[in-house]
Amino acid sequence: MTHALSRRATLRLGFGLGLGVTVLGTTALAADARSPRLVVIICRGAMDGLSVSPPLHDPAYAALRGAIAIPPDKALPLDGDFGLHPKLVNIQRLALAGQARIAPAVAWPVHIRSHFEAQDLLESGADKLYGTQTGWLNRTVQALSEDRAARAIAVAPQAPLILQGPAAYDTWSPGAPFNPAGSRLAGILQDLYQPDPLLGPAFAAGLAVEHEAMALNANAPALKANDARDFATAAARFLAAPGGPAIAVISLDGFDTHANQGAADGQLANRLSGLDDVVAGLEKGLGPDWAQTAVVVATEFGRTAHVNGTGGTDHGTASTLIVAGGALKAGGLLGDWPGLGQGQLFENRDTAPTLDMRRVFKTLIVEHLGVDRRLADTRVFPDSRDAGLISGLV
Amino acid sequence: MTLPPRDTLAAIAATRFGLGARPGEIARITADPQGWLRAQVRPEAVPIPLNPVGLPFPDSRARLVDFAAFKAAEKAAGADTDRRRTSGEMFRQGIAAELLGRTSIATTTDAPFAERWALFWSNHFTVSTRKSQELDALAASFEREAIRPHVFGRFETLLLASSRHPAMILYLDQQSSIGPNSKAGLRRTAGLNENLAREIMELHTLGVSAGYTQADVTEFARVLTGWSVGRREQPGETAGSFMYRPNLHEPGTRTVFGQTYPPGDEDQALRVLADLAASGKTATHLATKLATHFVSDTPDPRLVRRLASAYHDSRGDLSVVARTLIEAPEAWTDTAAKVKTPYELLVSAYRAVDQAPRDYGREVNGPLNLLGQRPLSAPQPNGWSDRATDWAAPDALVKRLQWAQGFAASYANQVDPVQLATDALGSRLRPLTLATLQHAESRKEALAVLLMSPEFQRR
Repeated sequence: MTHALSRRATLRLGFGLGLGVTVLGTTALAADARSPRLVVIICRGAMDGLSVSPPLHDPAYAALRGAIAIPPDKALPLDGDFGLHPKLVNIQRLALAGQARIAPAVAWPVHIRSHFEAQDLLESGADKLYGTQTGWLNRTVQALSEDRAARAIAVAPQAPLILQGPAAYDTWSPGAPFNPAGSRLAGILQDLYQPDPLLGPAFAAGLAVEHEAMALNANAPALKANDARDFATAAARFLAAPGGPAIAVISLDGFDTHANQGAADGQLANRLSGLDDVVAGLEKGLGPDWAQTAVVVATEFGRTAHVNGTGGTDHGTASTLIVAGGALKAGGLLGDWPGLGQGQLFENRDTAPTLDMRRVFKTLIVEHLGVDRRLADTRVFPDSRDAGLISGLV
Repeated sequence: MTLPPRDTLAAIAATRFGLGARPGEIARITADPQGWLRAQVRPEAVPIPLNPVGLPFPDSRARLVDFAAFKAAEKAAGADTDRRRTSGEMFRQGIAAELLGRTSIATTTDAPFAERWALFWSNHFTVSTRKSQELDALAASFEREAIRPHVFGRFETLLLASSRHPAMILYLDQQSSIGPNSKAGLRRTAGLNENLAREIMELHTLGVSAGYTQADVTEFARVLTGWSVGRREQPGETAGSFMYRPNLHEPGTRTVFGQTYPPGDEDQALRVLADLAASGKTATHLATKLATHFVSDTPDPRLVRRLASAYHDSRGDLSVVARTLIEAPEAWTDTAAKVKTPYELLVSAYRAVDQAPRDYGREVNGPLNLLGQRPLSAPQPNGWSDRATDWAAPDALVKRLQWAQGFAASYANQVDPVQLATDALGSRLRPLTLATLQHAESRKEALAVLLMSPEFQRR
């Protein structure tokens, strides 16, 4: 059992000295005060872009939307053409300060209306269905050169596909405090898990991240399990910590508003209020590091341009994507507005896409995180050379 | 392909096909592990949850009556926060009692393969309490009424029971989908809601890559118009019951996935569902999901073909499919490729110590909430993931460890951990794990080690 003891000792030593924790045999590098941070927020269920950023001056908008149109006097002013949903007060504040921008007609290049396939594409980064089994953030971590190395974490017990793959990743969610260094059991189990290619690395990473979380949350207000706002707080604590991860993923669900979606208030408004709190929570929690942060809010696809028979909307194509953060360059809309009039809708039903979602993601990983352009074009987003960078974003 | 030795087969039967061995189970079935599984393939092996005095729980109609009473009491309480809080107590206790009963079936049944089979179909036809409080009332009765009675019958019957159940209709927003040319549609601006139509094709039957189009989804949504539920506020209607509303039905001939359907009111959808159930695409989709659930995230294509053929040749008889799975050599590989879901882990732990949880909130709901799988609350209509990699994440394993410590503290004094490990895992118990258990400093530590060991976490 000497081998076992030495492994446990190594684990404790690492914790005790506050060294970079060893995950998967490689020293996982860490964010310092100047290194870029990236937060990806996935809104699952197909978030309705026409409610997030209502095109108030599009002549077709009000008629298509009927009772679920955001009233112009309730929408928050954004620019001459678009408003923001009344619940997105913090995102509007950031937008007016040059720290948030919208892309009103974004879609993945493969147009499908299955939530689950579309989420798989958004997370895998593939240009065709079932193109890859790993996530594009995992491949981003792999593609970063040593001097720019970063760790990624999902604020959830499980890892979403976007993070899965051969590179080490962390997940963490609020729960009862646990001190791995003081746990004899944790040490014993590391030995048992060692030969297991799936459970072994995951368990080691879990202990390491729990140790980190223990220090971060020791003197801070407790976090609730399953609360989106507290997930943002948790993510911010990790990202702001010296030596912490630099990339975080948060999933929000409940955006599949087929019925009674509401307008300024109601079901969707409640979800957007949560989203706005998440972005505000990141800004607050990151403090000075917000200046190095980019946040991207994306959904798998948009919803039908017209209201359906049940006060909701069905599966569509393009939707709104939001980028925010102190690392952003000020500027207007990302991508063009296709219009909602006769002949302008995609398949005569949906907002038509004008911007490939991968271009936003790719710009952030290349120009913000520093991933090599060639790797971004070929490995992180396979066969995506045609999806160029967006100038003036970060 | 040769099968592993019989003691390995018994361990696999109890852990991969079953829900984890109870003491004595592996020894009892070693003579004929496959025969033990085959004997479970019968509808009576899938019981419905019963209350502590052995009576059935309220049906969906009665659940909605209780729910309405709760909402009325909550409204009457006005600003009185204490009264508001207590107004739902009875209602919530009723649901918790059923979910405890459901867990007790899993932890004590002698037919754990049949229960796993039922849980698979319950997840296949996901109805989630995350949608609304009304679905809190209906998710458990949905499983009891629409799923459990039919899991060893014909798939078409199961599909029909699910698609017509008020819980599914409400979950996927079918109740007020209106044909634009129906009587109601011509009177006002209203229209289709495609949600149920799409998910039946994508998730429940054909599978997403079957080759159907948006036009097929829309056509099927037209076919389904009129399928609705009774409303409490309407005189003569019963909430919690399926109701066909002819005024909402889109008249006319429809074409769905290459088949033409003459006008047929309520029955038009029955004919479409029958054809969807009979499709070869459905056979392959279901076969892939079953092989993935039972054996591996990347199942052997021969196993998928075997199951799909059984489905096709038996015209969707799920008992034939189940027996084919049991006979298939590819299902008995000695690699335990699957990681237990949180519910499976919790159930198998209770089975290992031969106990059943008594307090739903503290022993079941609370832990499963932290472990990321609150019962009947999948985040999306595709249900809980069935991929090992989705469950084996860093934080998830630490949460499992914390839960295992608490569980061991409660149950370790009553057990001999080494004997327990042999009983729970049979020949799947590794020498290293056994040695670790023998050297543990306490029963509590030993039991926690067993529950967290890779061979207990996997199946």
